[in-house]
Amino acid sequence: MTKNTKNKFLTSNAELIHCVELANKLAKKNGASSAEARLSVDTGISVSVRNGSIETMEYHQDKGMGITVYVGQSKGSATTSDLTDKAIKETVKVATDIARFTADDECAGIAENSDLAWEYPDLDLYHPWKISAEEATDLALECENSALKFDKRIINSEGASVSNHESFHVYGNSHGFLGSYPSSSQSLSCSVIAKSKDVMQRDYWYTATRDPAMMEAAKSVGKKAAKRTIERLDSQKIPTGKSAVIFSPEMASGLISHFINAIRGGNLYRKSSFLLNTLGEKVFPEWMHIHEQPHIIGSIGSAPYDNEGVKTRSHNIVKDGILESYVLDSYSAKKLDMKTTGNAGGVHNLIVEPGSSSFKKLLKNMDKGLVVTELMGQGVNIVTGDYSRGAAGFWVENGKIQYPVAEITIASNLKDMYRRIVEVGNDVDKRRNTRTPSILIEEMTIAGD
Amino acid sequence: MPKQIARKHLLEKSRLNEAALESSLANLMSQKGVDYGDLYFQESRFESWSLEDEIVKSGHFGIKKGVGVRAVSGEKTGFAYSDEISQDAINASIKTVKAISRQGQQQKTKVFVAGSLPLHLYDYIDPVDSLSAAEKIRLLENVDAEARRLDARVSQVMVGLAGVRDVVLVAASDGTLAYDVRPLVRLSVSVIVEVNDRREQGSAGGGARVGYGYFLENERGLEYAREAVRQAIVKLDAVDAPAGSMPVVLGPGWPGVLLHEAIGHGLEGDFNRKGSSAFSGRIGEKVASSDCTVVDDGTLANRRGSLNIDDEGTPTQNTVLIENGILKGYMQDKLNARLMGVESTGNARRESYSHLPMPRMTNTYMLAGKYAPEEIIKSVEKGLYAVNFGGGQVDITSGKFVFSASEAYLIENGKITRPVRGATLIGNGPEVLTKVSMVGNDMKLDDGVGTCGKEGQSIPVGVGQPTLRVDELTVGGTSA
Repeated sequence: MTKNTKNKFLTSNAELIHCVELANKLAKKNGASSAEARLSVDTGISVSVRNGSIETMEYHQDKGMGITVYVGQSKGSATTSDLTDKAIKETVKVATDIARFTADDECAGIAENSDLAWEYPDLDLYHPWKISAEEATDLALECENSALKFDKRIINSEGASVSNHESFHVYGNSHGFLGSYPSSSQSLSCSVIAKSKDVMQRDYWYTATRDPAMMEAAKSVGKKAAKRTIERLDSQKIPTGKSAVIFSPEMASGLISHFINAIRGGNLYRKSSFLLNTLGEKVFPEWMHIHEQPHIIGSIGSAPYDNEGVKTRSHNIVKDGILESYVLDSYSAKKLDMKTTGNAGGVHNLIVEPGSSSFKKLLKNMDKGLVVTELMGQGVNIVTGDYSRGAAGFWVENGKIQYPVAEITIASNLKDMYRRIVEVGNDVDKRRNTRTPSILIEEMTIAGD
Repeated sequence: MPKQIARKHLLEKSRLNEAALESSLANLMSQKGVDYGDLYFQESRFESWSLEDEIVKSGHFGIKKGVGVRAVSGEKTGFAYSDEISQDAINASIKTVKAISRQGQQQKTKVFVAGSLPLHLYDYIDPVDSLSAAEKIRLLENVDAEARRLDARVSQVMVGLAGVRDVVLVAASDGTLAYDVRPLVRLSVSVIVEVNDRREQGSAGGGARVGYGYFLENERGLEYAREAVRQAIVKLDAVDAPAGSMPVVLGPGWPGVLLHEAIGHGLEGDFNRKGSSAFSGRIGEKVASSDCTVVDDGTLANRRGSLNIDDEGTPTQNTVLIENGILKGYMQDKLNARLMGVESTGNARRESYSHLPMPRMTNTYMLAGKYAPEEIIKSVEKGLYAVNFGGGQVDITSGKFVFSASEAYLIENGKITRPVRGATLIGNGPEVLTKVSMVGNDMKLDDGVGTCGKEGQSIPVGVGQPTLRVDELTVGGTSA
């Protein structure tokens, strides 16, 4: 990417594949009943500028391998960043030693042979960005400049950053499965500060892609960051009470992530979820559909197989408001006496099917209430569904934004919030692994003055 | 001694010595306009064990090792690192980071100077080896058994044990050559209690810069189990939390997360140098009631947030942030201190060799006041008493901060009445301490489980405070 860094991985792909194969072979030799190893290398650069000059230039190169060994039904794991044969041998030994101390667990082990992605698609996730450090700096400067000159109330900057990464991933297990693929990621972000009546506000915008051709233009990113910042000026607190709430697409993505968390195998078998035993039941309104689509070509969230080599596949999670599938890996599936859904490590491209209303139309349909564009804190309890978070956004009356709002909380219970979704917009945020449009909820409690 | 341990693990194995570090720094500083450079060597040896369903299901071990190279030129920083410690790897990083500067004065490297007598806040041990594997498993099983023994409504217990030893060496162009060996352990317990179809969770834990034996002393590990169960049982009777502005009494210890979020981050040097903090340019102003004195103290023996030296090799210190309500100073690393014309306060911290250091907190707490905690509760006619918290977050620019109460009670007519469901509290950093009208005499530090995140980097920190009365804070319940 620059004269100083090689535009290739630290080690050849064949050598990396060898490391994973060696780890599994050595584990077997040490008496393991099964084993798996996951390796990834990543190289990249991030450049940040602030108020018109370079602030930091960081060169990244990370590599690491995690090895999990099962002795009988006992599990041990170890990680190493040293990929010499000697270090791999020691790491396997350490993992095996640990497995001699942990307890027998009848559900423990690698994924079933028949679930593995013996054939997997090329998802076109690797589009290296040929950009020099100087060019990356110029791009960041262009982005920040368009934000700084957007409005004279923009008085300061947190800067703009460009990052460019390339990775290579290898996974293999003792069934003989071996998968590998490269990926790339690029991002450009900008954050600026505006001031009015002695109070400062900041906001940001970003673009993140696997293919640099898909990036939003630098000027546009800067402009949006500035516009969002200006819109927050002169915010008010609002009175405590109940009202309708719209989650902007960026915030709605978090709201849907809590749902996924609650139907994740680990939380279900530990009985740590407010959605226990809800398979086949209505969780959302009957017009809502949520599905997972892991094989979208070139998408941020795409993956050909999951973290244990299991086939990833498109499937419905919510159909007509009814919960059709949990989100399981092999271990939690066994604990629940079910089948894995190919979700070891999480969901890949989760999609909330959009509605027909634009954001503007959604405001009109709400008529009066709150639009939430920022949430703060961790006040979400997955065991009970209790939800209480700091928020900022805009107050809406007569279907139009009236003024910015800050220093309030919104609270309810997730179970009720999901049930009381009135409408979703058509304004999907496609930058994320969880792609959702704006979501309008009938009523939540707002705490303010 | 840390010097011997650090030399052995970080230099000798790679056939490096102090002279090689000095010439590497000289090489780095030969570039025009570079006015500071440092090398940060680190070896992290870590493990974790976890129990659920009454058995220890998994154990994990790893070693992470490498060297980070930084070149600073004015406000610019170039940074590269390698997970291989060798002269070749260092040379390659130096060549890369030098490019940050193209013009300016050439600065000289200072010869390494022996600093003042270093702090010795913890023993230079490796916690991973402080108990045998069998003993660690027994500890986890005993904690599990205690939680289950206490109450038949306990349906799930999860226990985690983690230990790490960090060996670090910092060599810098300003003559700094410093070593540290940093042990850190943590034990955490989480329980689910179940009655009919209602489930609640409770969690507790603790840790320090010690060996695992700490959890066996005074039944400390078992105490965490008792505390987790107590919290979960209390929540079974919780009613909806109130919504709106009201007086809030915060309990001692971990509720000090208030200070961390409301004022701590806003007083970090980088934000103030850049003018992006709601506290920028406010030194000498009154930002709290006269009863409030807040410090950041990295020098407390064995505390999770303490360090003998920060990650730039500066000894940590006890820095007064707010004294009797007046804003006294910021927390600084070398870069921001130099640009603001002050001294580093020993607050430079980084997650690892592969991350850049920045000003961060250590142990942040408020000194004790004069009121008995009972008096403070009695003073409130109608409000909230919050004693346990999850995490928090702050927007340092607008000053808005939140922290989430996980255990709280209603105060009615000066008496603690019913427990309420978890709720987030929100306030404005520069304002909230001006509304502190009573400070308790029961200053307490937290149990040693705090982790702070900033710009994607996580580091261990501590907080503490006495019981406090805040006259007005917005409570985010559902009962409007």
